[in-house]
Amino acid sequence: MTELATTLEALAVHKQFCEDVLNMPGGEKIKICQQCGTCTGSCPTSYLMDWGPREIIAAFRAGMIDRVVKSNTIWLCTSCYSCTVRCPAGIKITDLMYELKRLAIKYDLAPKDGKAPAMTKYFIDSVHKHGRNHEVELMAKFMLTKDWGLPFKFAGTGLKLFTAGRLPLFAKNIRGRDELDKISAYLEAQEAKAQ
Amino acid sequence: MRYLYYPGCSAEATGKAYDISTRALMGKLGVELVELDDWNCCGATSYFSVRELDSFAIAARNLAIAEKQGDEDLCVICNACYTTLAKTNRYMAESAEVREAVSGALGAVDRTYSGNKPVRHIMDVLVNDIGLEALGEKVTRRLTGLKVACYYGCQYSRPMGDFDDPEFPVTMDKFFQALGAEVITDFAGKAKCCGGMMMLTKEEGALRMCHELLKGAHDAGADVIVCACPLCEMNVEGYQPRVNKTFGTNFDMPVMYFTQLAGLAFGADPKQLAIDKQIVSCDRVVAAIPA
Ligand code: SF4
Ligand code: SF4
Repeated sequence: MTELATTLEALAVHKQFCEDVLNMPGGEKIKICQQCGTCTGSCPTSYLMDWGPREIIAAFRAGMIDRVVKSNTIWLCTSCYSCTVRCPAGIKITDLMYELKRLAIKYDLAPKDGKAPAMTKYFIDSVHKHGRNHEVELMAKFMLTKDWGLPFKFAGTGLKLFTAGRLPLFAKNIRGRDELDKISAYLEAQEAKAQ
Repeated sequence: MRYLYYPGCSAEATGKAYDISTRALMGKLGVELVELDDWNCCGATSYFSVRELDSFAIAARNLAIAEKQGDEDLCVICNACYTTLAKTNRYMAESAEVREAVSGALGAVDRTYSGNKPVRHIMDVLVNDIGLEALGEKVTRRLTGLKVACYYGCQYSRPMGDFDDPEFPVTMDKFFQALGAEVITDFAGKAKCCGGMMMLTKEEGALRMCHELLKGAHDAGADVIVCACPLCEMNVEGYQPRVNKTFGTNFDMPVMYFTQLAGLAFGADPKQLAIDKQIVSCDRVVAAIPA
């Protein structure tokens, strides 16, 4: 994990990070968070988080980017949207969590041994390769690199899924799968132009 | 009645039974589903975590194809696909930046999209296009006496809230009541989270959520839990043995795609509905329905 100490380079990343978040659609609303805690109270995984969603917003606004990206919080968000539909300030907290995950990956601040960042990456890889997510390939890759114990924990169910034809071994490729690469390439080029 | 149909990636693997039973159910109801040509993954929740504009653009490739393929609405069965595709429409309408980026990206692959293809959850189609009354009349085997817990999950109506309440949805309850079932309308877990992908990345958290759901349905006397999302179904059904092991419980709760149970009410047979693909046997549910 990159250490964000006091080097100039780190400060530049820091600043860019804050700007990126505030620039996401609806991002400027983070400024009007009233710290009511409705989000944390609604969150089904907050009890596992180092810091709840409310605290993450407070830390972000205080410029404590280290705390934001090094906490397990963003990786424990399941995208249930409970916070988003309840926030009295209309802040799209789920989108913010996505943005924070995204930036943590982009600026190489995500925990290297984390299971959730790896899962995210494998998923995208599968989609770009086939045009669709091949669940079996995703699970196999994940087991091999991140969770050797999974096949054993899951053995009985896995076998039943397999015999029921619910785990096809071969992926279907769509005809237009090169289009997804082209779409990404276009957007990356646009982003590079803007910066 | 005709719809364009987006099955989603899970429908080709763990959620195969959802796709099979959807086609059988709609066939019984005389609704034609035309599969979207060469559809790609909607991006689901993982894609949003990496590049926001990318995720809208790859979701929009499907919508562009849909717009070209026909005038019908796009019918979606998976909650996560539904929310991702519908959210793409909403953000394109709300944000000029998203609209421009998506149009540009689609242009790079010679496609165009106006932002106006209606994305519809299959339950919305059933309840609002066909209608409860018409559905009730078509039932050939009423689900009399069957206690059903409808499990909507998160992305059924959150955050969109387009056809049902984001916190306390009721459409599936009404649907199964029209089919004669005894619905547990106050099932507390109905719109709670199953843990989603967290089942693989932080198992203890997701198991706790599934335990709560199973306990709620069990204590309310449910004969079966019905789902509208492949991820919900997989977690609540497939992980029952893990839940039992972790919490010292003894759940043996049949879990079905709602289309499987509904298919039975409209006269499809269990084989056509892929009910044999379920992990927890649903034989007693099938047997409990009066002939
Ligand atoms: S619910 Fe909204 S206003 Fe309240 S603390 Fe959370 S983000 Fe801030
Ligand atoms: S969307 Fe994420 S942060 Fe918000 S309540 Fe759900 S799990 Fe918690």
